Amino acid sequence: MMSHEEAGHPSNRFYIVIAVILAVLTAMEVMVFYVEALAPMLLAILMVLMAAKFALVVMFFMHLKFDSKVLTGVFLWGLFIATSIILALMAIFGKFAG
Amino acid sequence: MSGPTSTGVSHRKLAMWTFIGSECMLFGTLIATYMIYRGRNIVGPYPADLLNIPFITVTTFVLLMSSLMMVLALSAVQRGDARGTKLWLAMTALFGLIFLGGQYYEFSHFVHEGLGLSRNLFSSSFFVLTGTHGAHVAGGVIWLSTLFIRAQQGKLDRTHAETVEIAGLYWHFVDVVWIVLFTLIYLLV
Repeated sequence: MMSHEEAGHPSNRFYIVIAVILAVLTAMEVMVFYVEALAPMLLAILMVLMAAKFALVVMFFMHLKFDSKVLTGVFLWGLFIATSIILALMAIFGKFAG
Repeated sequence: MSGPTSTGVSHRKLAMWTFIGSECMLFGTLIATYMIYRGRNIVGPYPADLLNIPFITVTTFVLLMSSLMMVLALSAVQRGDARGTKLWLAMTALFGLIFLGGQYYEFSHFVHEGLGLSRNLFSSSFFVLTGTHGAHVAGGVIWLSTLFIRAQQGKLDRTHAETVEIAGLYWHFVDVVWIVLFTLIYLLV
């Protein structure tokens, strides 16, 4: 298996491109917030944009895309439990009702 | 730096990712609490009266860019670029401090407007959630500062790249948590 020292990390230019994409996605989030016509779809659009930003940072800045799948599994397991806790508690307290 | 391991990955990195996984659960419970209490305030001030979206967008941008500084610091230390390592570590910590300054301003403003910790359900869950995140940012700034001092003393060369990478993992996680909080607290108000 490839060790960390052997695993190639992206170039600085690549990191800057990712940062620009993150900034653009953040600007889109705020723009969507202020456009009243998009209010009915606000939740869905913001969730997609948030997930995209989350994935970009985890995959490229935290190098999960290039590192061992063991690390991805450890992280996703914690994330799965956290998401389950949030959704289960919101359901128990009636946040999805009507 | 470290020898072969049974998992094929460094024990230190595995430990940090395990810690990050457990932190997901910590923030998951705090986010769940915030979402449950959302919209159930009996007394004001209400979130829509106080949250300053343009201001928070700027501090969010600062924290996002601090993640860029962090990967540039890692890239520099991997290349053996001592000057770049010091510069980007210092910039990351500085951006973290700017974010904390923004959070201090926001908290002070809220308290000034009568939104104390126990004023209503929003204030209790908001201060605990964002305060816990702020404490993590403060811990990260201290960690980065110690790395900067080590770099300044010439004790942080390319053989210590994994040390910087692990600090970076923590810093990026703090950024990732804010990505979620920015949407849930400020944009879905």
